[in-house]
Amino acid sequence: MNAFLILEDGHVFKGKSFGAQKEVICEVVFNTSMTGYLEVLTDPSYQGQGVVMTYPLIGNYGVCLEDAESDRPWHSAFIVREISRMSSNFRREEELEAYLKEHDIPGICGVDTRAITKILREDGCMGGMVTTNPDYNLDEILPKLKAYRVTNAVKTVTRKEKTHVAGDGPKVALLDLGTKKNIIRSLSKRGCDVTVYPAFTSAEEILGDQPDGIMLSNGPGDPKECTEIIKEIKKLYDSDVPIFAICLGHQLMALATGADTEKMRWGHRGGNHPVKDLATGRVYISSQNHGYVIKNESIPKDVAEVSFINVNDRTIEGLNYKNKKIRTVQFHPEACPGPQDTAYLFDEFLDVMKGAKNA
Amino acid sequence: MPKREDIKKVLVIGSGPIVIGQAAEFDYAGTQACRALQEEGVEVVLVNSNPATIMTDKDIADKVYIEPLTAPVIEKIIEKEKPDSILPTLGGQAALNLAMELCESGYLEKAGVELIGTSPDTIKKAEDRLEFQKTMEKIGEPIAAGQVVTTIEDGVKFAKEIGYPAVLRPAYTLGGSGGGIAHNQEELEAILENGLRLSRVGEVLVERYIGGWKEIEYEVMRDENGTCITICNMENIDPVGVHTGDSIVVAPSQTLGDKEYQMLRTSALNIITELNVHGGCNVQYALNPDSFEYCVIEVNPRVSRSSALASKATGYPIAKVTAKIAIGYTLDEIENAVTKKTYASFEPMLDYCVVKMPRLPFDKFIHAKRTLTTQMKATGEVMSIGTNFEGALMKAIRSLEQHVDSLIFGDYDKLTDEELLKELEKIDDLRIYVIAEAIRRGFDYDTIFNITKIDRWFLDKIAVLVEMEKKLKEADALDYDLLLEAKRLEFPDKVIGQLVGKTEREIKELRNEMNIHASYKIVDTCAAEFDAETPYFYSCYDGENEVEETSGKKKVMVLGSGPIRIGQGIEFDYCSVHSVWALSKEGYETIIVNNNPETVSTDFDVADKLYFEPLTAEDVESIVELEKPDGAVVQFGGQTAIKLTEALMKMGVPILGTSAENVDAAEDRELFDEILEECCIPRPKGTTVFTCEEALEAAHRLGYPVLVRPSYVLGGQGMQIAVSDEDITAFMEIINRYEQEHPILIDKYLVGKEVEVDAVCDGNDILIPGIMEHIERAGIHSGDSISVYPSINLSDKVKRVIAEYTRKLAKSLHVVGLINIQFIVANEEVYVIEVNPRSSRTVPYISKVTGIPIVALAAKVITGAKIRDLGYEPGLQPESEYYAVKKPVFSFEKLRGAEVSLGPEMKSTGECLGISKNYHEALYKAFLGAGVDLPKYKKMILTVKDSDKIDAVDIGRRFINLGYEIFSTKSTCRVLNEAGVPAKPINKLEEPSPNLLDLILDDKIDLVIDTPSQGVGRSKDGFLIRRYAIETGVTCLTSLDTADALLTSLETGNRDQLTVVDIATI
Repeated sequence: MNAFLILEDGHVFKGKSFGAQKEVICEVVFNTSMTGYLEVLTDPSYQGQGVVMTYPLIGNYGVCLEDAESDRPWHSAFIVREISRMSSNFRREEELEAYLKEHDIPGICGVDTRAITKILREDGCMGGMVTTNPDYNLDEILPKLKAYRVTNAVKTVTRKEKTHVAGDGPKVALLDLGTKKNIIRSLSKRGCDVTVYPAFTSAEEILGDQPDGIMLSNGPGDPKECTEIIKEIKKLYDSDVPIFAICLGHQLMALATGADTEKMRWGHRGGNHPVKDLATGRVYISSQNHGYVIKNESIPKDVAEVSFINVNDRTIEGLNYKNKKIRTVQFHPEACPGPQDTAYLFDEFLDVMKGAKNA
Repeated sequence: MPKREDIKKVLVIGSGPIVIGQAAEFDYAGTQACRALQEEGVEVVLVNSNPATIMTDKDIADKVYIEPLTAPVIEKIIEKEKPDSILPTLGGQAALNLAMELCESGYLEKAGVELIGTSPDTIKKAEDRLEFQKTMEKIGEPIAAGQVVTTIEDGVKFAKEIGYPAVLRPAYTLGGSGGGIAHNQEELEAILENGLRLSRVGEVLVERYIGGWKEIEYEVMRDENGTCITICNMENIDPVGVHTGDSIVVAPSQTLGDKEYQMLRTSALNIITELNVHGGCNVQYALNPDSFEYCVIEVNPRVSRSSALASKATGYPIAKVTAKIAIGYTLDEIENAVTKKTYASFEPMLDYCVVKMPRLPFDKFIHAKRTLTTQMKATGEVMSIGTNFEGALMKAIRSLEQHVDSLIFGDYDKLTDEELLKELEKIDDLRIYVIAEAIRRGFDYDTIFNITKIDRWFLDKIAVLVEMEKKLKEADALDYDLLLEAKRLEFPDKVIGQLVGKTEREIKELRNEMNIHASYKIVDTCAAEFDAETPYFYSCYDGENEVEETSGKKKVMVLGSGPIRIGQGIEFDYCSVHSVWALSKEGYETIIVNNNPETVSTDFDVADKLYFEPLTAEDVESIVELEKPDGAVVQFGGQTAIKLTEALMKMGVPILGTSAENVDAAEDRELFDEILEECCIPRPKGTTVFTCEEALEAAHRLGYPVLVRPSYVLGGQGMQIAVSDEDITAFMEIINRYEQEHPILIDKYLVGKEVEVDAVCDGNDILIPGIMEHIERAGIHSGDSISVYPSINLSDKVKRVIAEYTRKLAKSLHVVGLINIQFIVANEEVYVIEVNPRSSRTVPYISKVTGIPIVALAAKVITGAKIRDLGYEPGLQPESEYYAVKKPVFSFEKLRGAEVSLGPEMKSTGECLGISKNYHEALYKAFLGAGVDLPKYKKMILTVKDSDKIDAVDIGRRFINLGYEIFSTKSTCRVLNEAGVPAKPINKLEEPSPNLLDLILDDKIDLVIDTPSQGVGRSKDGFLIRRYAIETGVTCLTSLDTADALLTSLETGNRDQLTVVDIATI
């Protein structure tokens, strides 16, 4: 069956439908990872978005459920050039297409993903629709696409109940803003006793559980929309508990302490982003997925200093908070998908927690 | 870190002559590195013995030494040039080994020269087997465990440690005989016992068996700051067991999930960090297809063939960045030349699929074993880019120029199912076609996988292509969707036509009606995330076109030479690149079309636009339709480009330079004869035939011996000397295995001196830079002969005649541009044997030794300039004060079963040059550069055919005078002894020990001279002697002329007093 991708600027791409057959409106973004489509699909940060994979051959190794970064895919739509009709891998459990069908996610294949990417690169991420209806009416649709915003994203993806993953090491409170499983795994693997809190948990409750350290996870949407959470995070900032934050967590901490964020034209989504550690000059390749960024000049000088920058566009990739045991990064040290080069940041977080405990 | 200011003068070592396993990729890498260094204001001294390279041009380096790559020679150059550092990681294993030799002898320290880039310590850790094992153990990286054992007990003990199956490889046995795979202790004991007995040193290597695992490579890069990045990973379609150079390779990996991808990536970065690599590095893995288990196969702490491939596959210039890291830069300080917006410290992301296929030389060595093993056999490779795997594979297949345009090939449809299953077990270059046939018959993937271990994903992709064949065959009408899908899968019009019962033209017309055309995408390193500046394109049928209209300049399309193969080597890339540079200087917009990832021509900054595409008429036409070039240049790209002449003219593209009719006139026997007659130029008598009967009749008329060869071929492919009817019958059968569009030539074989000339003609005047004389008599292919410039044995009269004939021929053929003519001189008479109105193998060499930039002159002439206006006096140029001896280099040891003896069919893979003011020294250097370094033991074998026996006496006597001990078979020995040469008799192979074989295997022989008789009836005994010699590393000569030259060089060459020549001053 034919399917159509309609962009808010009026571009229409005709392809074939796969996965669920339903009409969706979403924000269209692109991801440049060459592997890890399942991890991308199940990353809650993509809530409300339709993702274009720039790598043309998708589904080659099927679906292995243990690689999922959450319990379900979050994309509104999945846009690829070619979906493999057969997959091959020793851990393969099912075909990607069947998985998308099960989860009611529509896909479109057979489109020129490079052409779409160039549009998004030039004009920024934009509203789009995936539909199988050949009689679409652009006059009706385009205004809707232009008006589309990802809202209430964190609320949609965060867990409803507090969960606990036992460990012998430091007690970590993880605030689930849309966390990827590998953040939990990265902590557990290092022996941490992890309690995962729903996003709208109060600071008092978290601090009341007396954690050795707090982690703020990644998550979807416009950070400025999360006003309630920001308030709680400010309280966490004021406590002396060591904090490590990733992606949305990094942005919310900045907003809580007086900095500002802005939307990027097309964002960073992929596994090849070079970030430079300003202390050592060494560059690490990182996994990234964000459409917002902290404004460079907005950081209060006495609150935090930049620790990492993106080598390509010089945007802020990490902050160290002054007189605090708080460190935040824009990129994803938990990888999945993508390079594991910055996993050492979890080790450093553990050292900070141990240091704080002994002090 | 900024550039190191203490590095001011760097010695770059090249990789020497092209041999299998070390080819054009190092010219590409070296050239890019030299340019990167010069860009930084560093003075570059270059040494490489290979004259056919671009890196040995004086515009690439400041000082250029075309000298043998030996430690004493490098020391001489260091003493003369006083560089402060050496960059050893860009010239392959040859340069790395040489640098290590200089380092370990303490010379470098004494001379105050630093090895920059990767340190000696790192090189040792990566290259030394034990050190490497220790290092990998230290960081917990698994390697394929192996141990050398000398007893069965040790073998059994070690096998218990590593588990079965185990691979056993006896040391120093011919062709690895006596080895095998043991699945249990019983088998191990049996194989080991035999192996230990066969091994000359009583050693057998016992290894963990990882055959059938996936072979994955990572190209990685690291700077002094410790920043590590991956440029590209690649997956071999052929599992472990086939050398990666002989495998079909896809980039990026296709069947690895992110977990496997990142596991190996992290491992590769850990390894280069531990090894402290500075620059590019290649890590090869075996990955168990059924688990996360993996092991490191090999680490190359240098730029390699794979890194050239990775550079072209991604657009990331690995060699350039490696050079910049070597002089102190860090990755985040080096700009990404593709995007100009990002830096070298990022990882390229592909939004296409790349397939590499090897070019194997079995068309030249029809008796060599086709089996692919861990010993590389390919002479070159092609790369293709597509938006899907199937299309990329189809493009790669036709880029190989092996008369195959699809997966439909061979007679496999005639086999029974059982026979086909047996055929699947053969691991060779034809396996992919066998798999296609198996899929056509409906064999299931599991059956094929269990035999081949090729991942089912790839099998399914082959199935997609096979299904398309079927759909086309069965289609009632070729509708839009089906035709578009066939084109998306890159089925050529010709193949579609064959399947649907239409002509190629009809399919093309149908496509025009339906508006199905190729469009072109950019290779930009970043999957379109950033706007790219680089005009590097590939075609597809499923997307918008990205090629932009360009400047108002006149456009010239230069057709490249495709994969490196015997007979068409790196020299044509040299010519293509120089023509592009010259045309660009003349104000033209240049477009290059080529498919060889190892070459300089496919570097994205050589031409204004690069199309990485197959060199077929259809693929070229698609580009022509888009670019509408004002002209095309075919005379620099070897036979590959010449073959496209007619097609280009039909497309309405003017051929710049010599016209197609005149190219034809040189190849068409009758037309050519007419021209010779008009010019009063004699040639050996001959005729053209199609059938065997005609050939026999012609041979009888001319009288044996005669030369048999197809027209329109390169490197004398299929050319043979026939001495009997039996030979004619055999040769004609071989030639006619492929349908011949053109007649076969039968010529009287003349014995004489062979002489060769390259010249530039502007339609009126002609410039001959020099006359080259071959050491070996006619009958040995010119590419396999030692060639000397200036000639040493020609009278002034003969030289004048040659110049005159050249002028006449060039004029009669209306040559505009280059012409290459081969002559035979017999009794002061000059005969023409071959005329090629195009560039030749000798062009780079003659340009370098005469200092006349022939290709640039030809390119200018093609665009209308006159020789006189370019500052040259027409005619034969004055002889240079330097002698230059070009010596062919062979790769026989890599090709099991290949005939070693030389004949009219070319067999050499590369060449080296010896330059000196003194002829004997030049000759000595040429032999030295080719790896002939005598004497060690002063023992040799001399056995010759009857017609050579008289000449053998003098050769024998001279070797005796040099202190050699000569062993000969009975008949040769008798002739030598009767003439007073004290040779010792030795038994033939089939006679009891001690015989010739024992002598060779005893490892005490320096040299074997064995001249074979001509024709099919040549003795099998000689064949074996030569093979044994080659496989045990003994120099083997098959022509007394070569032996004579070697003697001359040994008698007079003074190895301690070699002079070195900077050719940039010539």
